[in-house]
Amino acid sequence: MNTVKTQHAAESTPLKTLQEQCRRGVVLIARQHKAVAGFLIVMFFVLVAIFAPVLSPYSPTEQIFADAMQGPSWRHWMGTDSFGQDILSRTFYGARSALWIGFASVGLGLFFGVAVGLLAGLRGGRLEWVLMRIVDGLLAFPELIMAMAFMAVLGLGMGNVIMALALSFVGPFARTVRADVLQVKARPFIEAARLMGVSERDIIMRHVLPNIASPILVQAGMRISIAILLASGLSFLGLGVVPPTPDWGLMIAEGRGFISMAPWMAGMPGLALAALLVGLNLLAEGLRDALDPSTRGGAA
Amino acid sequence: MKPDRASNAIRVDRLWQSLGTLAQTALVLLVVSGISFLFLKLSPGDPVSLMLGSDFSRDSYEELYRKLGLNQPWFQQYFHWLGRFVQGDWGISYVSRQDIFELAILQALPVTLTLAGLSLLVALAVGIPLGVLAAVRRNSWIDLLASAVSIGGNAFPSFYLGVVLIWVFSVDLGWFPSMGYVSPWTDPAKGLWHLVLPALTLGAWYVGLIATVTRSSLLEVLDMPYMAAARARGEPQWRVIWVHGMRNVLMPLVTVIGLQLGGMLRGAVMTEVVFSLPGLGMMITGAVQTREYLVVQAGIMITALLFITVNFLVDRTYSILDPKLRKK
Repeated sequence: MNTVKTQHAAESTPLKTLQEQCRRGVVLIARQHKAVAGFLIVMFFVLVAIFAPVLSPYSPTEQIFADAMQGPSWRHWMGTDSFGQDILSRTFYGARSALWIGFASVGLGLFFGVAVGLLAGLRGGRLEWVLMRIVDGLLAFPELIMAMAFMAVLGLGMGNVIMALALSFVGPFARTVRADVLQVKARPFIEAARLMGVSERDIIMRHVLPNIASPILVQAGMRISIAILLASGLSFLGLGVVPPTPDWGLMIAEGRGFISMAPWMAGMPGLALAALLVGLNLLAEGLRDALDPSTRGGAA
Repeated sequence: MKPDRASNAIRVDRLWQSLGTLAQTALVLLVVSGISFLFLKLSPGDPVSLMLGSDFSRDSYEELYRKLGLNQPWFQQYFHWLGRFVQGDWGISYVSRQDIFELAILQALPVTLTLAGLSLLVALAVGIPLGVLAAVRRNSWIDLLASAVSIGGNAFPSFYLGVVLIWVFSVDLGWFPSMGYVSPWTDPAKGLWHLVLPALTLGAWYVGLIATVTRSSLLEVLDMPYMAAARARGEPQWRVIWVHGMRNVLMPLVTVIGLQLGGMLRGAVMTEVVFSLPGLGMMITGAVQTREYLVVQAGIMITALLFITVNFLVDRTYSILDPKLRKK
C-alpha cells in the first residue's frame, strides 16, 4: 500500500508542480504591465507574420522600377526601395523571416543544449568533465563571431543562419541545464525514484525535466531576441540570408547606401526590428520575473 | 608565531588558487585552439588548390600538399599548426598577400581595442551619473529616462543606430565624418573626430546597462547603516553617494562589463562595418565573404583570447575591489 502511494506521489508531484508553475506564471505575468506590453507587441508581429500575404499590398519581391525610391505615399505607405519594391510589404514579410529564424534557432539550440546538459549532469564522471571543457571552449567565442565562423563553413542562406545560430547557442544552454540538473539530482525524490526502479528515461522525462523547465524557458525567451538581433546582424554584414528574401537586416544594409536620398529604406525596417526587440525583451523580462523567484521581490 | 603561520597558509592557499585558475585557463585555451583547428578542417574547399590558383601542375600540387603537412595524421597536423600559431606564423592572406599575424594583430586589433575602449569610456561617463541620479531620485522622470535608455539601448541594434547617426550627424548636419579611420594615437584630434559617431553607436548599448546596474546596486546600499552614519557625521550628500555608495557599485559594474564583453564585440563588429573602420570585425567579415578561412580562423582565435583574458582580469579585480574577499 505504502509503496504504491509513494510511487503515485512521486509520479504526480513534478507534473503538478509544472502545471501549478504555469498557472502561477500566467497570473504573475498578467499582473505586470511590462510583460503585458511586451506580449502585445510580440503578438502584433506574430499576427503580421502569419497574415503577411493578406496584409501586404504588393508582393515583397515585385520590382516596379517606375516607382523606385519613392517616399511614403498613399500608394506605398512606407515608400519603395531602389528596386521599386514596396517596403511595407517587405517589412511585413520580414517579420516572418525574423520570427522564424529566432524561434527555430533557439528551439534547435535548446534541443541540443538540453541533450548535452542532461548527459553531462546525469552521467557525471569523465564524460561530464570532457563535455563541460568543450562547452567552456565554445563559450569563449562570442556568439556573433561563432555564428560568422559557422556561416563561413556552411555557406549563406536562411537554413544555414538557423543552423549557425543554433550551434552557437548549444554552449550556453548546456551549461545552464547541467547546473540545474546537478541541483535537481541532489534532491531526495530522484534517489527515491531510482531506488524504486523507475527507468532512467522516466526519471529524466518525469522528474528531472519538469523541474528544470522554468529556468530554461526563461533563458530561451531571452535568447530569442538575441537570435533575431544576431540574424539581422548577419544579413546586414552580408553573411546571412541572401537577397531578394525580405529580411530586415538586408533591407537596412541596402538602405545604408541611399541614406541621404531615401532614409525610409533603412529607417522603416529598422524601426520594425527595434520594436520587435523591445517587445521580446519586455516579455522575456516579465517571464523571468514571474518564473524566477529570486528576482520576483525586486520586480514587483 | 601563530598569526605568521596562518598568513603563510593563506598565501599558499591563494597561490594554489591562482595556479588553479591558470591551469583552467590554459585548458580552455587548448580547447579553443582545438575548435579553431577543427573549423579550418571543416571548411569547404581544398586549401592546396586555393593557394595555387586556377593553373597548376600535378607535381606542384603534391609538393605543396606535402609541404603543408596534409599527408600527416590529423593530430600531428594539429600540433604542427599550434606550434606555428604560438610562434606568430599564421600564414599569408591569399587576397591581400599580407602576413596574417601582421594584418590581425598589428593592424586590425588596435583599431578594435581603441574603438571598444573609447566606447566604454563614453558609456561609463554617461551611464554612471545617470544610474546614480536614477537611484537617488527614485521614481522621478530621470529614473524613467534611465529605464527607457536601457530598454532602447538593448533594442536598437548598433548597425541600425549607426546608420541613423550617420544620417543625422553626418549627412544632414555634416558635423562628423561617416567613414574612414585615423588612428587617434598618431593624430589625436582627427582620430577622435573620426571616432565620435562610432563610439556613440557602440557606447549607447552599454549606457543603459551600466545605468541599470549602478542604480540597482546603489539602491541596495542606500539604506545601509553606514550610509546613515556618514550622513549623521554631517558629510555632504555627494560624498556619501560617491565615496561610500560607489564603492559597492564597482564590483557589480566590473562583473557586468566583463559578462557583456560578447555584446561589446558583437557591437564592435557591426559598428566597424557601418563606419568602415579597419578593425577585427571588418577583417573577419571580409574574410568570410572571400572565404579566406585562415584569416577567419585568426580572427576567431583572437576574439576568443580577448574574451578569456578579460574574464581572467575581471576575476582578478574582484579581490582588489573587495577587501572582504582578500581577507578570506
